[in-house]
Amino acid sequence: MSEKLAMILESGTTDKLMAASILAAGAAAMGKEVTVFLTFGGLNAFRKGAENAPMVMPDEFAGMEAQMAQIMQAKQVPHWLKNFKDAKEIGEVHLYACGATMDMFDLKKEDLEPLVEEVVGVATFIQKSEGAQTVFI
Amino acid sequence: MTTVPITQEIDARGSFCPGPLMELIRTIKSAQVGDVLAVLSSDPGSAKDIPAWVAKANHELVGLEEVEGGATRFIVRKTH
Repeated sequence: MSEKLAMILESGTTDKLMAASILAAGAAAMGKEVTVFLTFGGLNAFRKGAENAPMVMPDEFAGMEAQMAQIMQAKQVPHWLKNFKDAKEIGEVHLYACGATMDMFDLKKEDLEPLVEEVVGVATFIQKSEGAQTVFI
Repeated sequence: MTTVPITQEIDARGSFCPGPLMELIRTIKSAQVGDVLAVLSSDPGSAKDIPAWVAKANHELVGLEEVEGGATRFIVRKTH
């Protein structure tokens, strides 16, 4: 079993962010070093204030945002950002922002949630994720 | 019902996956070696996840028991 999990988080829809955050928390719990590369929609979701941003659902759940929000509240589903915070608290988890996306969206490091450690290029991610089990979300 | 004295009980019922496991890890970190913790979870994933984590983290699963209302109590001893 690989001791590292690497994730390319490209999607900014709430369902995928939730899946990624739960995976990160589970992997951190199981003692894996987790490296997350945030790009495109995935990075856009990490703008400051993410916890209060409106939910974004993919096409198959289009129009169901209000219903989903209600279900998640009723079932006490934690916000995906909290899962990433928890993951970082219990294990070794690193979140990196894709430099090219930063440039494209005119984002600065201070525009992002402080959970994001550093702005890097893809080569750095490839280096940091060497030997890891890697997923694209 | 177990006879092992419980040092601390965490009621994580209603907490969504992976909440109960996160609560357990957080509590075990600040516990003393030898402490026995009980965690109550109603998350169906916990049944496999908590024992898997306890094994991976080399603690001891003292036991588990069903409690009323469809929840499980996991009893874990901090061994190191």
